[in-house]
Amino acid sequence: MKSKLNLDQKVVDSARAHAAHIARDMQDFIERHTTVSTERTILRFLGIDGVDDVDNPLPNVVVDQIKEAGGLPTGVAYWIGNAMVQTGKNPQEIAEEVGAGKLEITKLPTCTQEEAKQAIMPIVHETLKKIKAQTAKREELIGRLGEGREPYKYVIVATGNIYEDVLQAQAAARQGADIIAVIRTTAQSLLDYVPFGATTEGFGGTYATQENFRIMRKALDEVGEEIGRYIRLCNYSSGMCMPEIAAMGALERLDVMLNDAIYGILFRDINMQRTIVDQFMSRVIIGYCGIIFNSGEDNYLTTDDAYEAGHTVTSSQFINEAFALLANIKEEQMGLGHAFEMDPSIEDGFLYELAQATLTREVFPKARLKYMPPTKFMTGNIFKGHVQDALFNLIAVWTNQSLQLLGMLTEAIHTPHMHDRYLSIENAEYVFNNARHLGDEIEFKEGGIIQSRAQDVIKKADALLAEIEEEGLFSTIEKGKFGGVKRPKDGGHGLEGVSIKGDNYFNPFIPMMLGGEI
Amino acid sequence: MSSACTTTANTQVDLTKVKPYGDTLNDGKVEMAFTLPVPYGDEAEETAKQLVKKMGFDEPNVAYYQELCPGYTFFVVYGAAQQTIDYTSIVVPKVSGTVMDRVECGDWIGENIGRDIVVVGASIESDAHTVGIDAIIQMKGFHGHFGLERFKNVVPYNMGSQVPCEQLIAKAKEVNADAILVSQTVTQKDIHIMNLTKMVELVEAEGLRDKVILACGGPRISHELAQELGYDAGFGPGKYAEHVMSYVMQEVQKRGWEKKPNIADR
Repeated sequence: MKSKLNLDQKVVDSARAHAAHIARDMQDFIERHTTVSTERTILRFLGIDGVDDVDNPLPNVVVDQIKEAGGLPTGVAYWIGNAMVQTGKNPQEIAEEVGAGKLEITKLPTCTQEEAKQAIMPIVHETLKKIKAQTAKREELIGRLGEGREPYKYVIVATGNIYEDVLQAQAAARQGADIIAVIRTTAQSLLDYVPFGATTEGFGGTYATQENFRIMRKALDEVGEEIGRYIRLCNYSSGMCMPEIAAMGALERLDVMLNDAIYGILFRDINMQRTIVDQFMSRVIIGYCGIIFNSGEDNYLTTDDAYEAGHTVTSSQFINEAFALLANIKEEQMGLGHAFEMDPSIEDGFLYELAQATLTREVFPKARLKYMPPTKFMTGNIFKGHVQDALFNLIAVWTNQSLQLLGMLTEAIHTPHMHDRYLSIENAEYVFNNARHLGDEIEFKEGGIIQSRAQDVIKKADALLAEIEEEGLFSTIEKGKFGGVKRPKDGGHGLEGVSIKGDNYFNPFIPMMLGGEI
Repeated sequence: MSSACTTTANTQVDLTKVKPYGDTLNDGKVEMAFTLPVPYGDEAEETAKQLVKKMGFDEPNVAYYQELCPGYTFFVVYGAAQQTIDYTSIVVPKVSGTVMDRVECGDWIGENIGRDIVVVGASIESDAHTVGIDAIIQMKGFHGHFGLERFKNVVPYNMGSQVPCEQLIAKAKEVNADAILVSQTVTQKDIHIMNLTKMVELVEAEGLRDKVILACGGPRISHELAQELGYDAGFGPGKYAEHVMSYVMQEVQKRGWEKKPNIADR
């Protein structure tokens, strides 16, 4: 594809190289650490699920017991493997005994690491087979039913009640939506556990639980068969339980997951060490099972000014790409995020938005770019809001965005009503169809507003990435260079859940999912 | 031609009997959009018409209707409102005092208070949205209105989102805040009412209710609602940092706190 922006490829390459160095630096830190949520993920993959008699999820109960006994540096894989050798029971039975207070897992006699590995490997293979079967099922369904055309029309449901969500989601699919995201209840990101079972109570969204995933997956498969189009399901692999939710997503065939290497640090005040370690396993899982991840760069623009901070979005996209490559994620699974969030009163604002969207597409040609709608400057004037959304849709089809989170005319008023979603899908279909090949027809004036803006943004992104490489990612965040938010290295939620790995630590899933052996 | 907007081509507006204006005085024209859980068809259209009539509109006119999905139909309907309201008897509680701009606020505090005004703000409890509190406090502010961080003689603390009430109160005590600003964005199932109420109760329990100015804000918050909940003031859409500070600084003067920077002395 010929560059419409007349970008200097050397600047793009330089920015990408800086990001690769930044991520690699972090990778050393990641390799030396594990977290309670990473360990709980391993337990879930070993088949441990359910709650004890006071509703504590068993993965938490087991990890907490091992952590209190000082056994976390060895890793739960060893302790479960050892308990299997010593008791002859399976992981779920072992977890239930721990939950019932009948077993102290670190007090059992100990076998060698090799023996523990041998005990759990059949289960590891079984789990990987299950995940691969889900990936194959997705491919089979897309092959047989077909799918919507990009930009995929992506809408949210957020009733708080999974059964109500199902009705809304099926209605949205029948109206033309390609992706349904179930928004999580507010505050779930800060829970250090994943709730269990089907839920009907939530605020501003619905709990992400494995059972809720299952219920929605089934509903979307049903409606997909009915309308002859595969409907993708999206949820959040973010917050304190980032890798655990990725594991649930892999097992229940989610197709898209919100997952960002640094979002939780900046916007949920989750400790940066915790997040950086957690994101790695979550991304390895996502890469392995073919989920498209969505990074959260759009959020920078709700706290920072979209015109002034455009280059921070581009920088973060490079960093998210670099972390994704380390987790073996294909470009086609990289839903790098950005947003249409400039103040509508800026003269030529549309041109700047167009420049940013074109830049993102040219710099990440194969990525499944996720484009987010205007929210910050939506006012409650639904009539103007509908026009803002139409301009946003025009840029999306013009610049070949992949996942279009549809704007709602009632943004800033309430979670979408049924007809809000209809109107927004109608808006997108009208604009996408009417301007389908606009991008093929139009080139930009050399040295004009659009080219100059894009060149300026990539140059500033390169400079910022150089600075971060020099300084290190942790220290950059401490200084507030992203989203204007400052976070201390030892502050925020969840630091107590980070542990150094011991010499004999092992996590059987990461190497296997990266295509190796353990 | 008269510039007064109460004069129209034909008639004088009777402010004691006001109804919607479409293109002719007192035509009462209103546009409505809604969904009914009924299958698309002639019966659906008739149902919408009768519903709008029952709502008190004459001449219901279904301009457009469309199936959303089996069993649900969307309508755009026009009607002529029959009810009228006496505009002259309307009373709306408002935040008292003069509204000054950012620079005027800074100067006014310098001249009249003679010390810095300290505020702490947060989006409390379950609410993860920082957009409201950032609009008021963060230097950039919102829509060209700079935030309190940019004001002279004001020391603001922005604690961000999902801050427990207890933590916000502790911070207010620690820094001897003149005012606590509470933001709430999520309103589903009235969660904001629950959170705001909890805050008032805790401030009272701590014995701070008269020692600190308590204000709240958000897209669905009005001054009236704020007062009902026990706050001193509420700030809704279209209100910026200068509105908040104009109120807070004049209230500090009214309460005679110029020489009482410490909460304990108030």
